[in-house]
Amino acid sequence: MSIVFALNIGSLFRSFPGNIAQGMIWGIMALGLYISYKLLNFSDLTVDGSLSTGACVTVMLIIAGVPALPAVLIAFLAGCLAGCVTGILHTVLKIAPILSGILTQIALYSINLHILGNKANQALNINEYSLLLSLRNVNMAILVILAFAVVLIGILYWFFGTEIGSSIRATGNNEQMASAQGINTNHTKVIALSLSNGIVALSGGLLAQYQGYADVGLGRGAIVIGLAAIIIGSVLFENIHKKDLNFAVALSSAVVGGILYYIAIGIVLWLKLPTNDMKLFTAILVAIFLSVPHLSFKKGKGVTNARD
Amino acid sequence: MLEIKNLYKTFNAGTINEKQALKNINLTLNNGDFVSVIGGNGAGKSTLLNAIAGSFKIDEGSIFLDGTDVTNMLEHERAKFLGRVFQDPMRGTAGNMQIEENLALANRRGQKRTLKWQLKQEERNFFKEQLRQLNLGLEDRLETKVGLLSGGQRQALTLLMATMKKPQLLLLDEHTAALDPKTAKIVLDLTVNLVEKNQLTTFMVTHNMKDALRYGNRLIMMNEGEIILDVSGEDKKKLTVNDLLDLFNQTGELNDSMILG
Repeated sequence: MSIVFALNIGSLFRSFPGNIAQGMIWGIMALGLYISYKLLNFSDLTVDGSLSTGACVTVMLIIAGVPALPAVLIAFLAGCLAGCVTGILHTVLKIAPILSGILTQIALYSINLHILGNKANQALNINEYSLLLSLRNVNMAILVILAFAVVLIGILYWFFGTEIGSSIRATGNNEQMASAQGINTNHTKVIALSLSNGIVALSGGLLAQYQGYADVGLGRGAIVIGLAAIIIGSVLFENIHKKDLNFAVALSSAVVGGILYYIAIGIVLWLKLPTNDMKLFTAILVAIFLSVPHLSFKKGKGVTNARD
Repeated sequence: MLEIKNLYKTFNAGTINEKQALKNINLTLNNGDFVSVIGGNGAGKSTLLNAIAGSFKIDEGSIFLDGTDVTNMLEHERAKFLGRVFQDPMRGTAGNMQIEENLALANRRGQKRTLKWQLKQEERNFFKEQLRQLNLGLEDRLETKVGLLSGGQRQALTLLMATMKKPQLLLLDEHTAALDPKTAKIVLDLTVNLVEKNQLTTFMVTHNMKDALRYGNRLIMMNEGEIILDVSGEDKKKLTVNDLLDLFNQTGELNDSMILG
C-alpha cells in the first residue's frame, strides 16, 4: 500500500489524454486488423510491416512537400498494395496464411528502409511542417483521430453491407459455402487483405505525425496490440450488451479497446513497473482476454464468473 | 441437362495411395430427371458429384451443363448452374451471418456482385414468402444468426438457398445422413416438394437404399468408380431392396446403414 501512496495520482490523470490519443490511433489500426482477423478469419502478420510502411510513406511525403491529408491517403494505398501482395502469395501461390503475412512483413522491412532513404528512422518536426495532429496538442489530436475513426467506421459499415462486402464476410465464415454461391474466394480474400492493410498503414501515418517521427521498427508487435484492442473491446461490449453486437458497435468496440489498452499501459508505467517487461505484460494481457470468452462459456454465464 | 463423357479421375496418382476413383463415366441426365445414386463406401458417388461441382480437376473426359462445356470452369464459375446441399449441415450456410444475409448471398448466385447495398425491404418480403414453405417458423426470424439453428433447420435453409434461384441441376450429397431419422424424413419430403414445385433436375447421392427406391424416377448404382446399374421409369418402380442387396452382394460392398437406414 505504501508504494501506491508514494505514487502521484495527479500524474496518472495527466497521462490519460496522451494514452487516449495513442490508444485511439491503435484502435484505428485495430479496425484494419478486424477485417482480416475477425471477418476473413485470416491471421495476417503483414500488419507489423504495413504499419511502418504507412508511417514511412507519410513522413517522407510530408517532407517532400505533400500536404498531410493526401500523404496519409497515399499511405493507405501503399498499405493496400502490401495487403494485396500477401493475398496473392496466399491465393495464387497457395502459401499458408501466416507464412504469407510473415513473408510480406519481412520484405517490407527492407522496403521501409528504402522509403526512409536507407535510414532506420526519420524525424518530422511539427515546427517545419503542417501536420494533421501532434502530441504537442493532445486534445486537438484526439479530435482529429476521432474524426478519422468515425468516418472509417461509417465507410466500413457501408462496405460490409454491400454485395461485395457480404461475400467477403461469407468467405471468412464458410469458404465452401461462398464458393457454392458463386463467390470467387480468391478475389474476396485479396480485397479484404488490401483494405485491412490500407487501414493499418493509415493508422501508421497518423502515429508518425502524432509522435513526430517514423521508424522502421514502429510496427514490431503491432498485431498483438491490435488483437488486444479488438479482444478487450469485444469482451467488454459483449458482456455489457449480452447479445450480438451491431456491426458498427462491434467496430467501435475495437477503438474503445485500443484506448483501454493504452490506459492499462499508462497505469503499468505509472506503477513504475519495469518498461522492459511491457511486451511480456501485453502478451499476458492478450492471452487472458483471449481465454476469457471460453472460460466464461464453460460456466454458462457472463465474464465475471470466470473468477468464481 | 447434364452430360458426362468418358470421365476419369485418379487420386494420388503414382503414389502408394493411388486410387482410381472414377473410371470411364458416361452419364446423361434429362430435363426433370430425379436421380438417386447409391453405392458402398468408396464407390465414387460423392466423387462424381464433386466432379460435376468442380471441386477438383478431372483427368480426362468432359462435362456439359445445360449445353455449356464446364470441364475447365472453376467451382465458383459453375455455381451459376448448380444448387448444392452438403452432408454436413454446417457447410451449406454461413453460421455467423443472419438468415436473411445467407438468403441474400444465395439470391445472387451466379451474378456479379457489386457495391450495391445488399438487403432491401422487397427482398426481405420475398425471403419471408420463401421461408414460409419450410414450415419451420423461420420467416419470423430473418435476423437470427444461422449458427443458432438446429442441424435440420440449417439443412432445410440450405435446400431453400440451393433452389430459390432455380438451378439447372440440384446436387444433394447425402444431405440427410447427418440428421436424426425424423428430421431426415422432413428434409427429404421438403426436398421432393421443392424439386417438384420448381421442376428441378436432381442428382441425389444417398447411403439409404429405401430412400433411393422411394424417391426419384431414376436410380444409379456405383461400384469402384463405375456405374453398374442405371434404371428408370417402370423398371425402377419394380426394383426392391432385395434386388439391390443381391447386386451389392455380387460386388461385395455392403454396410449396415444401407440395410438399416
